[in-house]
Amino acid sequence: MAGAAQNPDLSSLKATIAVTGLKTGDNPQPGVAVIRSIRAAGFQGRIIGLIYDSMESGIYLEDLVDEVYQMPYPSAGAEAFLARMEYIVSRQKIDVIIPNLDSEVILYIRLQDELHKMGIKTYLPTEECFLLRDKTRLASYFPPRGILVPDTMLISDASQILGSRDNFPMMIKGSYYEAYKANNYEEALKYFYEIESRWGLPILLQKMIYGDEYNIVIVGDGEGGILGMVPQKKLVITDKGKGFGGVVIDNPELKEFATKVIALLKWRGPCELEVMRGLGGLHYLIEINPRFPAWVRLAEGSGQNQPAAVVLKALGHELAELPACKAGTLFIRHAEDIITDISVMGEVSAKSELRRR
Amino acid sequence: MDYRKLTNLAMNDNGFIFDPASGYSYTSNETGLYIMKLLAQGLNRDAICQEFMAEYEVNEDNFNSDFEHYMLMLEALALVEF
Repeated sequence: MAGAAQNPDLSSLKATIAVTGLKTGDNPQPGVAVIRSIRAAGFQGRIIGLIYDSMESGIYLEDLVDEVYQMPYPSAGAEAFLARMEYIVSRQKIDVIIPNLDSEVILYIRLQDELHKMGIKTYLPTEECFLLRDKTRLASYFPPRGILVPDTMLISDASQILGSRDNFPMMIKGSYYEAYKANNYEEALKYFYEIESRWGLPILLQKMIYGDEYNIVIVGDGEGGILGMVPQKKLVITDKGKGFGGVVIDNPELKEFATKVIALLKWRGPCELEVMRGLGGLHYLIEINPRFPAWVRLAEGSGQNQPAAVVLKALGHELAELPACKAGTLFIRHAEDIITDISVMGEVSAKSELRRR
Repeated sequence: MDYRKLTNLAMNDNGFIFDPASGYSYTSNETGLYIMKLLAQGLNRDAICQEFMAEYEVNEDNFNSDFEHYMLMLEALALVEF
């Protein structure tokens, strides 16, 4: 008889792991949660924080990262990214990187070979797979394959909103970030210009689906299978739509839906699915985020340490499916002030790096 | 009537009820919880009525009226299906 599924044990792993996305606050990034889960798996090695901004709050936590390095923004391009990475590995060897921000993942995918030459491994999807989950492509790729997506129109001119004026309320979304419910044409126009100024074009106009929203954190194996899956229902939602509390659920229909999405994409690595269950009981795919969500500690807390699994998979270890998660496990996000000396900020700002230990 | 959803609910003795399929949670008083547990055990209306008349000072007419009302509430919450 096969033994019970077990979570990865990283207590004897000799490696250095780098993680991005250390900002918490009102729009938290996943890095701090990812590091906490890796430590919870017993990892004793060095953890490097890769930051874009000296105000990323995770820098200031005493026990979180051993070193911090500031990175050029992804928009600076591959050359700047690789030059910085070469400098970092000349100071500190890195074995695994877990990128946690939407805007940087494509860079890590495209530069996997160069990173590999530096000894750095990742566990990410192919570029083709990554592009299929782009918000602008969901509505064309998935419905013919049996996955419902709300009717979506890509617009690049505000006048195109007029054509949908009988369909309000509708969701209006940036192709990278931000989504608003527009109740009428005037509101849609206002949001169109706001989103355009921040994120550019195209913008998505999407049919409203009324019902319950669920979020699922998944690690795909790249062959259509799933190593782990934890679905949650948000219980506390901020005015920016961020889930600051949620509970793990156990819904076979939702799991089946998510399993089908991952099988179609053959997704490799971590991702988050946003799914609406409409009032008629049908599930709709709203978004696929190509990284762990900020609430990923709920996966570890409910019995499934997905970040630890990604570390081992990046290093090429064989790994069986993770243990089942426990429905009813709850998370509530708690903000706390970090008190430290301003010299910490000074060091990061002046040198673009910080060595804590 | 279909009571199968009730068998999946997590109910504690304080009246807190969690539906792991939807993520919704509810609170109930002692009587409501008692009925829900009996339904989840597979008892029908008549059997529950007998349990109640043995446990509480209630006649069949009053029980039936309140039970009907309670079932409508459970249906509105999609916990039972008619």
